[in-house]
Amino acid sequence: MDLDAVPQEGNATLGGHRKAVYARDANGRMVIAPSKGWEAEEIVTSNAVDTLHALAEEARQRVQAGTASTLEYWMCARRMDVPLLSQTSGFWQWRVKRHLRPEVFATLTDKHLQRYADALGLSIPELRKLPS
Amino acid sequence: MNTHAATFQHAHAAHCESGVISNLLRHHGVPVSESLAFGLSAGLAFAYLPFIKINGLPLIAYRTLPRGIIKGLLAPLATRFRFETFRSPQAGQTRLDTLLAEGHIVGLQTSVYWLPYMPPDMRFHFNAHNLLVYGKEGDEYLISDPVFEHPQRCASADLLRARFAKGALAPKGLLYFPTTVPQKKITPEAVRAAIRKNCRAMLPPVPIAGVRGMRWLAKHVDKLPAGEKRSADFIGQIVRMQEEIGTGGAGFRFIYAAFLQEAAQLAERPVLAQFSERLTAIGDGWRVMALKAARMIKGREPVNPAAIAALIRQQADQEEAFFKDLQAAVK
Repeated sequence: MDLDAVPQEGNATLGGHRKAVYARDANGRMVIAPSKGWEAEEIVTSNAVDTLHALAEEARQRVQAGTASTLEYWMCARRMDVPLLSQTSGFWQWRVKRHLRPEVFATLTDKHLQRYADALGLSIPELRKLPS
Repeated sequence: MNTHAATFQHAHAAHCESGVISNLLRHHGVPVSESLAFGLSAGLAFAYLPFIKINGLPLIAYRTLPRGIIKGLLAPLATRFRFETFRSPQAGQTRLDTLLAEGHIVGLQTSVYWLPYMPPDMRFHFNAHNLLVYGKEGDEYLISDPVFEHPQRCASADLLRARFAKGALAPKGLLYFPTTVPQKKITPEAVRAAIRKNCRAMLPPVPIAGVRGMRWLAKHVDKLPAGEKRSADFIGQIVRMQEEIGTGGAGFRFIYAAFLQEAAQLAERPVLAQFSERLTAIGDGWRVMALKAARMIKGREPVNPAAIAALIRQQADQEEAFFKDLQAAVK
């Protein structure tokens, strides 16, 4: 890539930061140039973020419909899935899956809730409800 | 503030681990650029690891495993590093604070997700990020994260969470710092040996790595059903692993091309400058693939896994020829 081809398209997912890329200058030397971002990169990152947002939104609707616990919403909102939440909280995957059911989640003790709260970076009261 | 905070120079880099290690070694008086650190450690790689999932999608690595770049530098520079992991976050924090108080600059492996200064859209559960801590002010650590243009700050509770994140590639609070930095010169033979090592890594006997890993990935991509969202996500994952902060497929080819340019003199092999140009062209090929994939994901052209697979195969063919020729050039 030549220096004048270094993308400066402004990738919104970089949040205003610039990343360093290597490119060839006029003398053929490879140098570091700051890039505001590339459209291709923005598209794939946004696609991944949108997929995660959609999962969280579906979970929110299931919580509102009473078919999922708030744990499921927070798991998705924190960009986790069952295997990762299981690793982070130390509960077996089958237990995590059970706790995604509202009636089971309602019976959890504070000790168990605290493990999920720690894993998700929340307090117990926050974990028990959807964000307003 | 410790004494080092005042003298430490933050430099922007294309990749976290090579950036961290070159900034750290430069601080200790070894003149290594990011690209030289990357090349000397034989950091270029390709691995398709469908059994390691990140957010449910397979891991595709375009460089050596975490810590590979640091460890790869130990032999060529005769440097010794200390690596420490911790059972408890408390112990990890105490140790970091002690080292900072002693005047060390400390490398850390962290999660990306739990670092608050990361832009929200970049916050995925990826646990093999590297950064340097060069001081502490009040409750805040002074952080040199090489993928950012300027130094950052991070509250101690947040950094602790990022250091002890769980899941794939969990960092377990890993910290590292050099204990001896005896040698400040880089010998021609060390450079040539590093290139030979990297050629072997790209032309390996196992099917998941190097050019064979690329072909294996192409085979999986070929089998993706054309019209499904899942296929688009998979293709997006390949490109994200290729382009995003912390990784970079085209990016790594360009870093290695920069290294080959430096190596032409360091290794006393002028011909390497031509290899640098050839690898730059291969890097451009990865960018063409990324652009095509992005167009498919955006819906500007139909999602066509076979076309992406064909481009990956083409890259594999070119890299195979490239590394065979390179191997011959540094024999």
